[in-house]
Amino acid sequence: MSPILQGILTIIIGVGGCVAYFYSSNWVLDKVIFPPRNDDHGRNINRATLVRPWLFLFPAMFALGLYLAYPVVGSFIRSLYNRSGDTFIGLGNYTQMFSEEGFRTAVLNNILWALFVPAAATFLGLLAAQLTDKLRWGNIAKSLIFMPMAISFVGASLIWKFVYANDPDIGIINAVRDFIGLSPVDPLQIPFWNNFFLMIILVWIQTGFAMVILSAALRGIPEETVEAAIIDGANPFQIFFRIKVPQIMGTIVVVWTTITILVLKVFDIVYAMTGGNFDTEILPSYMMDYMFRDDGRATAVAFVIMIIVLPVMVWNIRQARKEMR
Amino acid sequence: MDNMAGQKTSLSIVTNLSVVLLVVLWLVPTVGLLVSSFRDREQISETGWWASMFPVEAAYRVSPEPEDVTQDGDLYMFSGNLFAASDDVTAQGSGDVSGFGITGRDPGIATPGTTYGRLKLLVAEPDGGTDEENFETSWQTDATPDVPGEDEDGRPVQDFYIDRAVTVQANGDFTWMQDGEVSRPPTIYITAAAPPDFGLQNYEQILTSDNMDRAFINTLTVTIPATIIPILIAAFAAYALAWMDFRGRGFLIAMVVGLLVVPLQLALVPLLQLHNAVGIGQSFLGIWLAHTGFGLPLAIYLLRNYMVGLPRDIIESAKVDGATDFQVFTRIVLPLSFPALASFAIFQFLWTWNDLLVAKVFLPSNSESWVMTVKIADDLLGSRGGDWGILAAAAFISIAVPLVVFFAMQKYLVRGLLAGSVK
Repeated sequence: MSPILQGILTIIIGVGGCVAYFYSSNWVLDKVIFPPRNDDHGRNINRATLVRPWLFLFPAMFALGLYLAYPVVGSFIRSLYNRSGDTFIGLGNYTQMFSEEGFRTAVLNNILWALFVPAAATFLGLLAAQLTDKLRWGNIAKSLIFMPMAISFVGASLIWKFVYANDPDIGIINAVRDFIGLSPVDPLQIPFWNNFFLMIILVWIQTGFAMVILSAALRGIPEETVEAAIIDGANPFQIFFRIKVPQIMGTIVVVWTTITILVLKVFDIVYAMTGGNFDTEILPSYMMDYMFRDDGRATAVAFVIMIIVLPVMVWNIRQARKEMR
Repeated sequence: MDNMAGQKTSLSIVTNLSVVLLVVLWLVPTVGLLVSSFRDREQISETGWWASMFPVEAAYRVSPEPEDVTQDGDLYMFSGNLFAASDDVTAQGSGDVSGFGITGRDPGIATPGTTYGRLKLLVAEPDGGTDEENFETSWQTDATPDVPGEDEDGRPVQDFYIDRAVTVQANGDFTWMQDGEVSRPPTIYITAAAPPDFGLQNYEQILTSDNMDRAFINTLTVTIPATIIPILIAAFAAYALAWMDFRGRGFLIAMVVGLLVVPLQLALVPLLQLHNAVGIGQSFLGIWLAHTGFGLPLAIYLLRNYMVGLPRDIIESAKVDGATDFQVFTRIVLPLSFPALASFAIFQFLWTWNDLLVAKVFLPSNSESWVMTVKIADDLLGSRGGDWGILAAAAFISIAVPLVVFFAMQKYLVRGLLAGSVK
């Protein structure tokens, strides 16, 4: 069967199945199990109300449990076994990994990524949000800066590979170097700094995200505070850094952590640009090196990523609980 | 007070200029690749895309048919015009020869108006015999070639004769001469400025001979079910979490928030094992299920946040009128939640369309099932590494649809982003 046909069939079965499930389970609950009839009338309505949320929730919770909650445990268990998965080796995968040069490079690079990308993207996003705020063509400018969000990491990598190309007739960076009389370089092979050239790609993508959210936050600032500062004689810089930024600090933190989480998951850029060569490996790409070859090692790396993400997760949950009260 | 207005304009000029700079910086990479995707592949390697509006120096090979051959001693010669002799050059060349030569190695070595050719040098061997050696040089047309007194090994040159030579004028007129009869058309190389060459050749090639069309269809096949199915499942769950009262609701919401940040990497190995165990294996069904599972936390979170904000009166009065939860959901909440549904749909669409990781793991690794991201990352970047015309065209085929969706539905995307992160 051709994949397209299979796809159409899946949409029909998937959507139809969902509708059928929700409709028929409700019908069974109301008409068969707890019919609001006879003496039990009131009690049955109450009982149906108790059960119904779980009918609504069941498919989602089942999928979440199977596709996200179970793998956390499953991956951890798998990471305690050797490559072929038949011998229990305890923390063997972890200890061996920590003793390897490649893994340490990946961790160090990842720390660089997690520091630089959120900082740069948030800063540039804030700058863009503030600058475009009062412009007549601000919305167009915002759209254009936001645009890379729609481009895949692979597509973005290709776009930047072109910018970084070695040949001064192709790569614009080397064209500029050529113009001012420097010899061409391959930015992706300069030790240490090549990491930053890769990070720039993600900054380029994420700045738009930061800008959109921070721009909304800036608009939410009460006018009076800004007006009061102007009357007190504050200059535009003071207004921005002393009045506006402190008021949107909460949003800045949210943007920062969201991008940090993303940074820890993105393997595409390193994979497409350098394949992890020239000391540019980060944890997600390091994991993909072992995927399909050594599942024990791959799951161990994934679990390390999970542990790094854990504090943010706990913080998010606490924020969510605070809001609900 | 009186210079206040002046300050304001200078500040606004600075602001405008910085935004222009920022926008240009942000656009340059994409524009460069977009322009290149329409350029002729030879021209891409000759000049940068920023110079693509100017003519490009290109080399041509012309083989004029010998006509009206005349003889002068041992030399046979004939004349003609190179632009008239080749359709290729007339079609692309601007009509000005900038250099010419007789080998493909150095197509533009001689300047128009001079003669360039290969001489045979007669060299005295140490043992008393003579030897012939090739020597290429250019000379003024009415003069005789300058010949070194000794060859590279220091042996004296006794005499020489012209083996083959050609004179080319800037307008393409040429005179060919060679030692012996002209039996086959000679090959003359010229360089000439070619006008900018834009077209759809790269797109045509990548779609017809490089299987990108197949990858495009595969991406579409993965994306659409993976976008639609989670919406319905999530909508019901979000309604329960927003408007139904039951024990454990708070815990479930916290769980959804927590699962939002679980790294996908963690799910790959156990789920692939699970899929293999139940017989799904690496297949389209597998990737639909995986994307559905991975998209659910965001879907539930976004939709719940939106549904909680719906006016309580509407829902309660409907319930007083005897509507069941199911009716309230399908008749009232679902239609009202359209903006949130749309934002999630866009997110999920962009995410599944652009995904590389899940496709690499959950789809079969044969080339028939490659989606576009895998095709570019695993195939084109390797096999077509330097062929920028093809790569650029491939990239734009893969990002065209997301860009259209992005610009058409930006409003919903922004709304979704705000609902998802600012609370």
